[in-house]
Parts: sequence; structure tokens; C-alpha cells
Amino acid sequence: MNAPQAFHPLARLLHWTMALLILAMLFVGVGMVTTVSEKHQWLLALHRPLGAAIFVLALIRIGVRLRFKPPALPADMPALMQFVAHASHWVLYGLMLAMPLIGWAMLSAGGYPIMLGHAWHLPPIAPANGVLFAWLREAHGYLAYLFFLTILGHMGAALFHALIRRDEVFPSMTVGFPHQDAPAEPSRNIAPDESGRAAEATPPSA
Amino acid sequence: MSDPSRKPPHLLWRWCAIGAAVALLAVAFAYVGGWLTPHRLTPQRIVDALQSGGVHPGFRRNHAKGVCVAGYFEGNGAASPYSKSIVFAAGRTPVVGRFALPGGNPYAPDGSVPIRSFALRFALANGQQWRTGMNSMPVFPVSTPEAFYEQLQASQPDPATGKPDPARIKAFFAAHPEAGAFLAWVKTAKPSASYATESYSALDAFYFIDAKGERHAVRWQVVPDAKDAAPGPAGDTDYLASDLRTRLAAGPQRWHLMVTLAAPGDPTNDATKVWPNDRTTIDAGTLVIESEQPQESGACRDINYDPTVLPDGIEVSDDPLLAARSAAYASSYLRRTSEEAKLPGAARADTSKQEQP
Repeated sequence: MNAPQAFHPLARLLHWTMALLILAMLFVGVGMVTTVSEKHQWLLALHRPLGAAIFVLALIRIGVRLRFKPPALPADMPALMQFVAHASHWVLYGLMLAMPLIGWAMLSAGGYPIMLGHAWHLPPIAPANGVLFAWLREAHGYLAYLFFLTILGHMGAALFHALIRRDEVFPSMTVGFPHQDAPAEPSRNIAPDESGRAAEATPPSA
Repeated sequence: MSDPSRKPPHLLWRWCAIGAAVALLAVAFAYVGGWLTPHRLTPQRIVDALQSGGVHPGFRRNHAKGVCVAGYFEGNGAASPYSKSIVFAAGRTPVVGRFALPGGNPYAPDGSVPIRSFALRFALANGQQWRTGMNSMPVFPVSTPEAFYEQLQASQPDPATGKPDPARIKAFFAAHPEAGAFLAWVKTAKPSASYATESYSALDAFYFIDAKGERHAVRWQVVPDAKDAAPGPAGDTDYLASDLRTRLAAGPQRWHLMVTLAAPGDPTNDATKVWPNDRTTIDAGTLVIESEQPQESGACRDINYDPTVLPDGIEVSDDPLLAARSAAYASSYLRRTSEEAKLPGAARADTSKQEQP
């Protein structure tokens, strides 16, 4: 089966939605821990439900990624560049899942109620323990910096593809090409979705 | 499509555009994180000022000397028309509390300050929590985090004498007339012989939210049943813990949770001002303290008594001290738990100076 030229529209929608949410989340996080103003309260109240939303979206996104094969990197990309590209993507996926879980476990270990709104809360996923809290809280902070730096690198690399290499990588995640292949693992028990997708499927590439 | 053999035009400008985009995002992040504004008041700076008298690893940076207690709150339904929180309905809610002295020294003599504090964590049956940190004074000296930070700086030990400079403290209070009510109280206040005979006030205002969603501005305090208040004994530095042990051995200690409703126009954003005496006050239920534990091993040790941890039915007011307390307590909590966890970079206990087992 030929690799598709571009990401599935759903993958693109998830990418750009989550890009905004995750950047907002990182700014909310770094802002709320360094201010004593009233902003601290509403940023904190935003941070928890936003983190939960990112976690759920990350799960959906990984499902989409496994179901719809992403386009291959250009064959003429140097091996090291390909390796960095793949590694950084797995770091990003890992952090999308790990950061909300660490935050959730950290609040659990601190004995805090994990409020997502005025009345809504999640159950604890770790025992109340101050030492565990400290490890998780520091991990949450340092991994947030790693997350931000990886995003900076990702953004720089995307622009490098768009402006310097001018290859198909950037358009494959924006509006460049239609997504053209069958799912990576076609399966019969998802027939309604299949037919739905067939309707929007486009002819094979030229 | 791309043709790698062809160099794009204006290559330098393209690299500059990429660099500028990445740098812009990085600078925005650094700004929000406070790295470009070192004069911004951060929780870390407040906690640094609190520990200027010396770091005591593993201890709270303020209210360092204290004792854990446990018991329950028995609601009577009287506050339920004003707050929908189940804590106010008739019934019991378990409580883990902590009595303490203000200040960062865990070995401070009990008679060194006339103020005692009482923090509570109510664990509601619906999984929500209510945390409150109360003090045995009627008002806070200042109304903003900035003024609090100034006060901390003015009372820092002078490197020459090792003691705070009275002239700096005097200058601070001269510049902060809002501290008048607090200073008037301090003038007559005596260090009490017991935690159990004190009233403790939340100082900051909050909102109760009733079942219809209406807000009611409130303040609360706990008022003791024990009426034998007396000044602490001279010569003993640790009488509060032993007094509490003796009293609890004889039976539970009780307080009434008194909720005062604001009248229109009463300030909710100024903890330096008392509300007039004639405001409606509701006895919302009885706080019963049954046992005490040392703070090194008790259940209160790992609790951050952040006063903005509130159940559905109570919300923060516009009092600017609340957000600052939340932020600074979180910073103190991270420092002391990191020290307990012996994380790299955390302060270590100096074993040569350890005074407690």
C-alpha cells in the first residue's frame, strides 16, 4: 500500500486544536505558579479541566494516528534529521499523555481534591504522600519545560520544511494535499465509518 | 512540488523568519514566567522573605511551630439557606486540623507572639474539601500581597544585630495606616495559655452560594466553648502543646462555627477592616476536636491549608490576599515536601543543630 501524502483531516484538526490548547496550557501553567495576583485563582481553575481535555484528546489522537497512516517523511531527508523528527514526535505524544497524568497523580499525592469545576471532581489516582507529591510536582514542572522546548523545536522544524526545504511536510499538516489512502488496519467491524469515509475519499494521486 | 536542487530565494530572510517566530514564542513564555520581570512579586519571593530568618528544612515557611488535631464538624443546617454545601447540612464531616504559632521558627517560644492560628480541612462526604486557615486576631495588618511583602521586608533581621530594625518597622506602619486596627488589637493582646480558649477568624471574606445560585458575602470564625482563657506561664516555652494534650485527655474541645453575613457595602476585599458588630451571625454547627498528634507524624503534616480549596457552595471573594495565600502556600508546600523527599537542590537538615527528635 502506498503511504498517503498528507495527514487525515481528523488528524489535522486534532493537531491544530491541540497545538492551541497545549500552548495555552503551558502559558497558563508557567503564569499561575509565578503570580500572586487574582490571576492565580482563575488560571489554576482553568489548568485542571484543560489538562483533562488535553488528555482525552491525546487518546483520541493516538487512536487516529494508529488507524490512519501518516505520510512518510521525504526520502531525501538525512537519516539523522529523520531520526530527530520521529523521536521528537514520540516525545510530544508521550508528554501529551504523561503531563495530565502526572498532574492528576500529583494533586492526588498532595491530598488535594481534583476539582474540574465547582462541583465536578476526579478520584485520586495516587496515595496521599508528601514525598511522592514533591517528586511528581517537580517532574510536572521540568517536563513542562521539556514540552515547551520540544514544541519550539517542532515549530522551527515545521517552518524549516515550509520555508527552506519547501517539501511536502508542511502542507501535509495544513491544507496541502487531500488524504488519499485506506486506513492502516482496515477492519470490518467499523463498516459505518468506512462508508462514511468512502464518501469523502478522493481519487488516487496522480 | 519541492525541488531540493534549487535553493529558495532570500535564504537568509527565510532563516531569520524561522528564528524570529521561535524567539517570539520563547520570549512570550519567558515574560509570562516572570523571567523578564524580576521585580514582579512572585510566590517564591514571598516565601524567600518568610524564610529570611533561616531555613528549617521540612517545616512550613510560616506558622512553622504547631500540632496536628483531628475531630469532626457537626453541621446543624442553619447555614444551609445561604450555602448549598453539604458540610452545613445536619450531620458530621471529619476534620483534620492544625494549631500553630505564626512565624517561620519551629522552635519559637509559645509566649513570643500573642497570635495563635487554627487551620482546618473538612473532608466532605461528596469528595470535595473545605480548607481554611484562621487566626486569633480580628483583622489582618495589611490588605494586599504587596503590602504584606513590604511588611516582611521591614521586619527582616538586620545583619548587624540579628534582630529586626525597630525604625524600619515603625516606618512601615507609618506608611500603612490600614494596619491601625491590627496594631490596636496587638497592644492589648496577651499570648494565651491555651489553643483551646481562643477564637479564630478566617479574616478574608468569602461568598456562600445558595441553592438558587445567589451569592452571600460572609466571614467566619470559630468561637470556643472553653472559657478559662488566661495568659501563658512565664518561663515555659512549650506550654501550648502540653495544655492541649491535658485538655484532650479530659475530653473533646468544642468551638462553634459562627458565620457573619455582610450587609450591602461591607468590604469583601479588605481584611484590615472589621464588619460592624450588628451584622447577622449564624451558628452553623459545632467543631469537635478529639485528638492531637505531633506535627512530624500527624495527618496534618502533608496538608497545605490553602484557603482557596473550597467545596461547591463556597467561593473566594475579591480579597487579593486569597490568591496570594494560595500561591505562597503552594510554594512553601513544595519546598518542605521536596526537603522531606531529599530532592536534588532542596535544603537539607543541618543535623548539628537539630533540636527536636
